[in-house]
Amino acid sequence: MKNTMKNPIYGFVLALVTFFMGTAQQTPAPKQQEAISIDGVTAHLGNGKVIENALIMFEDGKLTFVGNAMTKIARRGTVIKGKGRHVYPGFIAPNKSLGLVEVDAVRATSDQDEIGEMIPHVRSLIAYNAESQVVESMRPNGILIGQITPQGGRISGTSSIVQFDAWNWEDAAVKVDDGIHLNWPNTFRKGRWWMGEPRGYQPNKKYAEQLKEVETFLQHAAAYNKSGSTQLNPAFAAMKGLYDGSQKLYIKADGEKEIIDGITMAKENGIEQVVLVGGYHAFKVTDFLKKHNIPVLVQRTHSLPTFDDEDYDLPYKLPKLLTDAGLLVGLQNGDAANFQTRNLPFYAGQVVAQGMDKEQALQLITGNNAQILGMQDSYGTLEVGKSATLFIADGDALDMKGNQITKAFIDGRDISLETHQTELWKRYKGKYGPK
Amino acid sequence: MKMKLLALTLLWCSATLLAQDYFPENEGVKSKNNNYTAFTNAKIYVTPTQVVEQGTLLIQNGKVVQVGSSVTLPKNTVTIDLKGKTIYPSFIDIYSDFGVSKPKKAEGSRRSPQYNPTREGFYWNDHIMPEKNAINAFKYDEKKAKELRNAGFGVVNSHIQDGIARGTGILIALNGKGDDSQRVLDDRSGQYFSFTKSIASRQSYPTSLMGAMALVRQMYTDADWYAKGNVDTKDRSLEALNANKGLVQIFAAGDKGNIVRADGIGDANGIQYTILGGGDEYETIADIKNTNARLIIPLNFPDAFDVSDPNQAMYVALEDMRHWNQAPANPKILAENGVTFSFTLNGLKSPSKLMDNLRKAITYGLPKTKALEALTTVPAQIMGRSDKIGSLQQGHLANFLITSGDIFAKGTTLYENWVQGTKNVITDLDLIDIRGEYDLKSAGETFALSISGKAEKPKIKVTKDTVTYSSKMTFKDEWLLLSFSKDDQLYRLSTLVKDSSIPLTGSLSLPNGKEAPFTITRNKPFAEKDKEKVAVGTPEIVPVTFPNIGYGYSEIPKPENILFRNATVWTSEEAGILENTDVLVKDGKIVKIGKGLNAGRAKVIDATDKHLTAGIIDEHSHLAALAINEAGQNSSAEVKMEDVVDPEDIDIYRNLAGGVTSLQLLHGSANPIGGRSALLKLKWGESAQNMIYDNSPKFIKFALGENVKQSNWQSFSRFPQTRMGVEQVFMNYFQRAKEYEVKKKSGKPYRHDEEMETLVEILNGERFISCHSYVQSEINMLMKVAEKFNFKVNTFTHILEGYKVADKMAEHGVGASTFSDWWAYKYEVKDAIPYNAAIMQNQGLTVAINSDDAEMSRRLNQEAAKTIKYGGVSELEAWKMVTINPAKLLHIDERVGSIKEGKDADLVLWSDNPLSVYAKAEKTLIEGATYFDLEKDKLQRESISVERNKLIGMMLKEKESGAKTQAPRNTKKEKFHCDSL
Repeated sequence: MKNTMKNPIYGFVLALVTFFMGTAQQTPAPKQQEAISIDGVTAHLGNGKVIENALIMFEDGKLTFVGNAMTKIARRGTVIKGKGRHVYPGFIAPNKSLGLVEVDAVRATSDQDEIGEMIPHVRSLIAYNAESQVVESMRPNGILIGQITPQGGRISGTSSIVQFDAWNWEDAAVKVDDGIHLNWPNTFRKGRWWMGEPRGYQPNKKYAEQLKEVETFLQHAAAYNKSGSTQLNPAFAAMKGLYDGSQKLYIKADGEKEIIDGITMAKENGIEQVVLVGGYHAFKVTDFLKKHNIPVLVQRTHSLPTFDDEDYDLPYKLPKLLTDAGLLVGLQNGDAANFQTRNLPFYAGQVVAQGMDKEQALQLITGNNAQILGMQDSYGTLEVGKSATLFIADGDALDMKGNQITKAFIDGRDISLETHQTELWKRYKGKYGPK
Repeated sequence: MKMKLLALTLLWCSATLLAQDYFPENEGVKSKNNNYTAFTNAKIYVTPTQVVEQGTLLIQNGKVVQVGSSVTLPKNTVTIDLKGKTIYPSFIDIYSDFGVSKPKKAEGSRRSPQYNPTREGFYWNDHIMPEKNAINAFKYDEKKAKELRNAGFGVVNSHIQDGIARGTGILIALNGKGDDSQRVLDDRSGQYFSFTKSIASRQSYPTSLMGAMALVRQMYTDADWYAKGNVDTKDRSLEALNANKGLVQIFAAGDKGNIVRADGIGDANGIQYTILGGGDEYETIADIKNTNARLIIPLNFPDAFDVSDPNQAMYVALEDMRHWNQAPANPKILAENGVTFSFTLNGLKSPSKLMDNLRKAITYGLPKTKALEALTTVPAQIMGRSDKIGSLQQGHLANFLITSGDIFAKGTTLYENWVQGTKNVITDLDLIDIRGEYDLKSAGETFALSISGKAEKPKIKVTKDTVTYSSKMTFKDEWLLLSFSKDDQLYRLSTLVKDSSIPLTGSLSLPNGKEAPFTITRNKPFAEKDKEKVAVGTPEIVPVTFPNIGYGYSEIPKPENILFRNATVWTSEEAGILENTDVLVKDGKIVKIGKGLNAGRAKVIDATDKHLTAGIIDEHSHLAALAINEAGQNSSAEVKMEDVVDPEDIDIYRNLAGGVTSLQLLHGSANPIGGRSALLKLKWGESAQNMIYDNSPKFIKFALGENVKQSNWQSFSRFPQTRMGVEQVFMNYFQRAKEYEVKKKSGKPYRHDEEMETLVEILNGERFISCHSYVQSEINMLMKVAEKFNFKVNTFTHILEGYKVADKMAEHGVGASTFSDWWAYKYEVKDAIPYNAAIMQNQGLTVAINSDDAEMSRRLNQEAAKTIKYGGVSELEAWKMVTINPAKLLHIDERVGSIKEGKDADLVLWSDNPLSVYAKAEKTLIEGATYFDLEKDKLQRESISVERNKLIGMMLKEKESGAKTQAPRNTKKEKFHCDSL
C-alpha cells in the first residue's frame, strides 16, 4: 500500500476522483408539506390500466385518490393541471450497481465486486453513494427506485432497494437486504483466447463441479441456520432469510439447462422465493417456470441475439413471449453500464413494436418489477394507499421523443430534475446566448 | 549387437553406393552398382493422364530410364514382376515443415509492448525475415519421413513456417537410405510469406491483419528503393528479398478471404503468388478463380459436431454445420471451376488421414485424375520441377508407389514407396492373403476356421458346431502357426502356406499329446464387407448462400423498379416531410417524387400509413471488420480498413433490419493517427469489394485522449502518455509529411512511404480526418494543429465535449458525430451530456448521431430521437442526424442520405414514425435492391430451423456410424468497439 501511494499516477487518479465526487448532486427534497392534486391527466397506473382524464391526489407521501377527474371530489392542496400530460408510477430498476460505481474505467470509483465466490454477507447498501451523479441522472427519465446489487462471483452478495433522492444511504433505503444474487454456472464458457484457445464458446467441463459447489453451499447454509450454531459463519448466516422466506434468491441464468438446474436446486434446498434473472432462453421452458411460479427479470431488450441463427428481434420480443406464456415478467439491465439504466423506459417501449400492449409494456418496469422485488404493497402502481412515487411527462414516457418529464415525486416529495448534465447544458447555452 | 552392426554396415554400403565419385573411400574398395531394376507387367501411371497397361518401368541409379509397354531390358537388370499391381508417381507436398522446426516462442512480460526490433542489420521489423533459409535449419527426420512415405509421399517442400516474410524453402526427397547430398533437391526452393507474425519476436507491429498487409506492401517498396542503391546502410533482409525474387513465391493465406488479400498485394507488385488456402474456397469460388493463382489446398475436413445434446447443439451455428457438410466438396468445386491446385498435408493431424479425406473428396465428386494431379504433377509444376518429379517420365526421379490397384479405392494396399530408386516396404508385396473360410479335418474331427481382418494382420476364429475355441494364430514369413483350446483341450499346428487356395496339410498335435495328420481346405475366399454401401451416390450437400451463413440469401438481391405508393416521405431535404407521396425507384435510383405517379412497369408497394426515409448512415462503425486497431505503432496511417472488410458479419443483416444502409468502417482509437476508413454499403451477400463505395471519398481515423495515451490498461512505454504528447505526435508527423512532399516534388529520388503519402493527402485536402475526441482541450488542440498546416479537420467523432467549444468548431468548419447519451464509462466522459448534439446543432454545426456499437447502430433512429428529448431538436432535424448529416460528413451526400430525385435508392420503409421506439423497418433497399424485408426474414427463420434440423440429423447419423465427432462450439467473432485490440 505504501508503495502504491507513492505512485504518482495513483495520486493523480485520487485527486481527480476527489474533485469529481466533490461536485455534489441536487439537494434532496423535503418531506411533502401539503397535498398535491394532478387534474385532467392521463394516468398510466402500472397495473395494465389507464385512466384518461384522471385525477390523482396525494398527501403525506401517500396516494389518496386515483380516479376519473369527472368524480365530484374536492381538489386538495396544490393543483397541477394535467391536461395533455401523462402520469406514471416511478420506474423501478432491478439488479443494478448504481451508486456503487461512478466511472467504470476508474478503479478507485468502483465498489461493486468484492473478492470471493460465495459472499452473501457482503451488502450493497452501506456502499451506496446517494450523491452519485449517475444515480441523479436517472430521475429526469422517470427511474426513481433501484435495487442496488453487488456484482461478480458465484453468490455476489445481498442487495437493498433504494429510492433515488436521499442525503445518504440510510435515508435512501426502502427495503434493506431484500435479496441474494446467485450467478448460475454456465454449461459453455468463452474461449480464453489469450491462452491460445479459440474465441467463441466451448463446453464448460467444470459445470457439474461448479453446480456441486453451489449445492454444497446451500446445504451447509441450510443446516447452519437450523442449528443456531454459536460459532459465526457470516456467509451461511447471511442466507437465513432465504430459508425463512423473508428474502428472495435471484438466480442469473440464461440457457434452458442452466435455468432448470438452478431453479430445481434452489427449490430442492428449501428456498421459497426464487426469481430468474436474464432468462435469455426462458421462452423454451415457460411451462417449467409456470409450474414453479418463477417470475423472470428479463435482460434489457436493447441487446444483440446471442446466437447468429436467432431471430434478429429475439431480445426485443422476449418479454412478450414470456408474458404471453402467462409468466410474471419484469425488465432489468444488469449487464449494461449503470448510466444506461436511464434507458429503462425505452427497453419497455421496444417490446410494443413487437406487438405488446403499451400498458402491459409499462408494467414490465413498474407494477411487475415491484411485485417481483416484493414491494408491491407500497410501490409500482398508482393505487390509493401506496407511496406517491410518480412523475408527470409531457408525452409518452416509453418513447424517446415523448419522455419529457416535468415533475417527479418520491414518497410525495417534489424532487429536483436537475442534474450535473442539465447544469452543464444550461451553463453552455448561456455561454452561446439565445439563438 | 551383431544384427545392429550388420544393419549399420548395410546402411553404410547403400550410402556409399550413391556417394559422389570424388569422395575418398577408406573402409573398403570403391564399388558402384550400375544395375537396372525393371518393374514389369504393371499398370503404370506415368502421369495422371498417361497410363500404360501391362507396362514396364526401368530404373537405374535412382532415376527412370524408360517406361512403356515394350521396354528392352538390358542384361544387368533385376526384374520384379508386378502382375496385377499398379505404379503411381509418389506424392509431393509443397507446404511442409518437414525437418525444420518452428523457432521458440519469445518470452515476454505482460508489461508494455516492445516497439523496436530485436535485430541489427536487418529490416526494421522482426517479422520480415526473407534472409532465413530453411536449409540452415534443416535436419533430416527419418521418423517423420517414414510416416510421410507410408502416406505415399516421396518429396516434400519445406520451409520455416514462422513470420510474415519467411525466407527460402527446401525441396527434399524422403530418401531414408541416402544422405542430404541426395535428398536435398533444391536448397532455395521458393520464397515464403504469410500475414502472421513470428512467434520468436515480441515486436508489437503489426498487431492486425491490415497492419500485416501494409507491412508487406511497404517491404516491397523498400526493397525496390534498396535495390536502386538509395540506402547506404546494410539491410540483409531486403537484400535477401531481392535476391529471392526469381524464385517461386508462396503465400500462406489460410482462408478464402486472405487468398484474395494476398493476391491483391501480389498483383500490385507484379508477383503471382502460389497461395495456401483453407478449404473454404468453395464459398466464394468466383473471387477465388479471379485471382488466377495456383492454390495449395488442405484436406482438413471438419469432423461432425456431437449434437446429441440439444442444449449443446444450440451453440453450433448453421455456418459451422454447413461447413462440415459442404467442405468435402471443396476440391471438386475448385476442379470444376478450372482452378489449379495441389494438396497439402498441412492442417491434417496425421499424414495417415490423407487417404480417408481424399476418398471423401472423391465421393463428393472430385475426379480421380484431378486428385492424382494435385498430389503429383501440379505440385511439381508449381515448384518448377516438372522435369524431375511428379511423374515417371524418362530422366525423372524414381519416386513411385506400388499398389494393389486403384490407389483411391478403399481396401487398396500400398505395398512399396520407392524414393530415388530406394525401396521402402510399407506392406509386404509377397504377402499371401490367407483370409477366408476353411475346414480343418483331423482325426475324424472337423473344425471351422474363419480368418478375417486385414491381410497383413489376419484374425482367426475356430469353431466346432456351436462351440467356439479360444485361439491364437500368427502368420509370418509364410508360416502359419495356430493353437486353439477349450477346457484344457489344446490343439496345435504349423504349416507353410504358399497359396491358400490349395489344401494345406501337416500334423496336428492333439490334447492327448499325440499327433494326427490334418488337411485345411478353403471353402470360401475372404470378401471385404463394403461399409460404404450405406451411402449410395454423392452425399447430400446443402446449398451455399450469400454469404454462406444463416440469413444468407440463395441469390444476391437485384435492383427492381419499385413505386412506393402513398407514403409519408421523410426527405431529409428542405422539402421536409411529405404526406401521401409516391416515390419511384428505377435502375437503382430515385427517379421521381410526387403524388399519383405512374408506376409503369414498376412493382407497386402500398405504403399507406407507412413512412419512407433514406437509409440510415452510421458515421462511426466497427462492424463488418476482421480487425479494428493496428496498435503496433502510434501512427498507422498506412493501414486500410478496406483490407479487412468482413462481408459475412451477421450484424450487417441485423443493421439492415434496423434501417442502416451505409456506414463508415473506422479504424479504432488506439493511436493518435489511426488507419484509413472503408465506406460501405451494407449489400448483404456481396463481396467485401462490392460493399465498398465506388470512388470512395478518402477518410482516416485520428484519436485523442485516454485511448491513445493508453490510460486504461497497463502500458507505460509508448509515446504519448499525455495529451501534451499527443499534440507533438501530430506536429511531428505533419511536419515530416510536408518535408516529404517537398522532396517528392523536387524530382529527386525519394523513398515512397505509404504513411507519409497518406498524411500528404490530408495536408492537401484529399483525405479527411474523422477524429475520436472527448474533452475540449484536445479538440481545440487538433483544430489549431490543422490550422497551422492549413487544412481543416473534417469530423470530430464522439466529440462528447463538443458543446463546450461548439463556437470554435463552427469557426474552424468541422462537423460533429456524437453519441446520443453515453457517458460515465471513463474519466474523460464525466462531462459528456446528452444535450451535446442539440447545442452543437444550434451553433450551426453539421451534427450526426453515431453508434460505435453493433447493437446501437441497429436502432440509430431511436438514438436520433433522443435529441428531441435532450435539447428539443425538431423531428425533422433529428432525422437528418442519421441520414443527410452523416452523408455530408462523409462527402457522400451527392449520392445518399436523402430522398431526392437522382440519388441512390437507399430507402427504408417503416411501420411508424421512424423516430419512435415503436417503429419497425419493414423493407430496406440499397440501390433499388431489397436487402431486408420483414416477410423474407420470416421465411429465412423458418428455413434456418429446417436446415439446422436436417444437418443435426445428418450429424447424428454420422456419429451413429462411428465417425469421429468434435465437441459443439461456437466460433463467434468478437464484437468490436473503438478500443478493441
